[in-house]
Amino acid sequence: MVIKIKQIIGLALLLPTIVMANVSEYQLDNGLKLIVKEDHRAPVVVSQVWYKVGSSYEHNGITGISHVLEHMMFKGTENLGPNEFSQIIAANGGRENAFTGRDYTAYFQTLEKDRLEVSFRLEAERMRKLVIDEAELLKEREVVAEERRMRTEDNPHALVREAFNAAAFVNSPYHHPVIGWMSDINNYEAVDLRAWYQKWYAPNNATVVIVGDVEPEAVYKLAKQYFGPLKPETTATVKPQIEVVQRGKRTIEVKAPAKLPYMMMGWKVPVVNTATELEAWEPYALEMLAGILDGGDSARFSRDLVRGDEIAASVGAGYGLFSRLADLFLVVGTPVKGKTIADLQQAVMAQIKTLQTELVSEQELKRIKAQVVANAVYERDTVFYQAMQIGMLETIGMDWQLSDAYVDNVQAVTAEQVRAVAKKYFIDKGLTVAELIPLPLDSKKPVMSVGGRHGH
Amino acid sequence: MATRFLGLILALFMATSVLASPKIEHWTTSNGSRVYFVAAPELPMVDIQVVFDAGSARDGTLSGTALLTNAMLNEGANGLNADQIAAAFEDVGAQFGNSSQRDMSMFSLRSLTADYALKPAVKMFEAVLTQPDFPSASFERIQKQMLIGLQAEKQSPAAIASRTFYSKLYGNHPYGMMPAGNEQSVSQLTLASLKRFYQQYYVANNAVVILVGAINKPKAMQIAEQLVANLTEGEKAKSLSPVSALTKAEKIIIEHPSTQTHIVMGQPGINRHDPDYFTLYVGNHILGGSGLVSQLSNEVREKRGLSYSVYSYFRPMRELGPYQFGLQTRNNQADEALDVMQTTLKNFISAGPTAAELLAAKQNITGGFALRVDSNSKIAGYLAMIGFYGLPLDYLNTFKSKINKVTIEQIKEAYARRVQADNMITVMVGGKE
Repeated sequence: MVIKIKQIIGLALLLPTIVMANVSEYQLDNGLKLIVKEDHRAPVVVSQVWYKVGSSYEHNGITGISHVLEHMMFKGTENLGPNEFSQIIAANGGRENAFTGRDYTAYFQTLEKDRLEVSFRLEAERMRKLVIDEAELLKEREVVAEERRMRTEDNPHALVREAFNAAAFVNSPYHHPVIGWMSDINNYEAVDLRAWYQKWYAPNNATVVIVGDVEPEAVYKLAKQYFGPLKPETTATVKPQIEVVQRGKRTIEVKAPAKLPYMMMGWKVPVVNTATELEAWEPYALEMLAGILDGGDSARFSRDLVRGDEIAASVGAGYGLFSRLADLFLVVGTPVKGKTIADLQQAVMAQIKTLQTELVSEQELKRIKAQVVANAVYERDTVFYQAMQIGMLETIGMDWQLSDAYVDNVQAVTAEQVRAVAKKYFIDKGLTVAELIPLPLDSKKPVMSVGGRHGH
Repeated sequence: MATRFLGLILALFMATSVLASPKIEHWTTSNGSRVYFVAAPELPMVDIQVVFDAGSARDGTLSGTALLTNAMLNEGANGLNADQIAAAFEDVGAQFGNSSQRDMSMFSLRSLTADYALKPAVKMFEAVLTQPDFPSASFERIQKQMLIGLQAEKQSPAAIASRTFYSKLYGNHPYGMMPAGNEQSVSQLTLASLKRFYQQYYVANNAVVILVGAINKPKAMQIAEQLVANLTEGEKAKSLSPVSALTKAEKIIIEHPSTQTHIVMGQPGINRHDPDYFTLYVGNHILGGSGLVSQLSNEVREKRGLSYSVYSYFRPMRELGPYQFGLQTRNNQADEALDVMQTTLKNFISAGPTAAELLAAKQNITGGFALRVDSNSKIAGYLAMIGFYGLPLDYLNTFKSKINKVTIEQIKEAYARRVQADNMITVMVGGKE
């Protein structure tokens, strides 16, 4: 029997913050989860299929395999030829793509609302009937290698980021890059891909998220029709791989052809998923702290480091509170000409020190809270983003309703809590620092000009 | 607060698909700015954009003038400094943005519509646009940041390729310079030159105001009037000189210590009023504009695995924008990839699309039309384009039928007349191996 778990609409007027309009949640017999959010502003629908698998599920030797499998998902099934999936979506006026992260692999189509069936028919097909063709895989390995060259090998900041993560995380799978190490990319075999697909691509490991001008019961019926017959899989248990305790500051250098210095600092911090019940407020206090430092042009980094003391050409703080495993609070930046990486790090540390010793002002807290409230409205301008939020939360093992509670939880943060997390987590023992040391770029003068001059 | 949220929820429940074909309202402020407005009552927010014909095409001899002028406006206004301006927006959750390209200098404001937010946000926006103070300390800081940005370009093969491509494509035409300028020009900028630029181009007759959101027309009229009231009427910017056609092909090879070679190829393309626009748009959609199902993607990526991304696009501008092709591939197969790209283009020019390809393209473009206008921000983008370039108000309403009228013969004829595969600028930036 299929049970309809929740219908949220009745609660909408009772909840204190801006409540998501109308969300219905279903589960099919085979374990597939379906979440439908009505948004009738435009006659469109976004359809996303989220699988609980990504680079943090991978081990050494096959890093990036989730990502290359994502590519192969467009290369043919028992009933579809290579690239035919994309051709059918295109002919139906759709936009489509896919993305792989540390904790998820997701596929999406945006369509006019009456074409949702096309998405379900094709997604159901490739959920269980993918064909990994050897020749197609060899080509796709080359494509992914080119993708890696473009994104990482020729991008000094990406090289730093990759080395930084590998240093900051020892045994957590966040150690390795989502796209995978080049040596692994060059050596995937069809059997590896087939095994990975078999293991993770099943209805009981998938969440289908639909947002748009649709009627939930009709979507549910359609889902039963197409996804219902699919057989579930015994999915493997994921080992916890809890990061070992860091016992001292780690510092690394990356030398690469570049013009400008660059640095990354990262402190080990909890996320919502890993915080204990007693410490459940901490990720929200860290989120607030990120806002105090870098929540817009009025925040402290822009005000003090870019404008006030003119130390940073650019500087940013980053923290994502929704991930499967414990993560880092990041600060990245480039000093202005005449200042060094050491100057910039010192200035950042002074900012941290201030947060550890002085309470942030009510005015700043209010400002960040105002932004959070407003952003919750702005985010609803796109159906895609709304679906993203739901899919991501579900896929890291959390309830999508956390995205509603997010606003309340940030609103509840106090100045004392910000100071408390600053003291507790911004300590040398949990810190990793990476510095880009620019190597000279070769001569960029034209070495050859063929075909003579052109006139205007 | 409670009322606002309740209002929102009721609005959501009652909303129907009103954005399917947005109704554009258009008027002119008392001092001459053109205003374009679409009411979108579903979400309690509004997007406002003010666009000036003051992009880098207006730089004159000192490239970078337009960009730095644009960046100065929120550094000081009506006696408030940059910290105070930023706080004024962010205290109420409003988002201010500014950017400057070749044609447009653009300012945007996104705010909740509740009075506590919208009133102060609009007031600050107005001051930024109409009463900038041009503080000298900010000028020096941003000038330095622009010079650092120019250094950063030098570590990116894509940026080097793009700069070289525009320079070769346009020669002495204003489009030949990058909005970010170059080391020499940026170093020579002065506060006085920016102020002159502001006085000449940041005038009511040279401005377009866009509003999309949960406000009614009287409110939109009041906001638009307020935003530009303190601008002098001034004069609309003069027309730009036309872009000359290339007379000879040229291939520029630049060495860079990267593992991939970035290839950019193209020629002057079309302007925003081009009579061939829809024909060429559909043609290019088939050739290289439709992502993974385009001919170029099929030949370069699907069949041969040569590149992660390969594309072609027309960028219609005030004058002829580029018709641009590009890909990146590992250095030792760059020549092969370029050859495949050129051969695909040549074949398309001589053979044109098949009936099946044309049908698929039309199905894709028209069948996905609703996706083009499914959010306030996308509608605001279309309004800015329609308003800035003076396109007809029924541009969106007639879009589908114009696409549907395109024939194979028209595409072949237009490509034969407008696109010369043997007369292009080709830039290759990469390593030897």
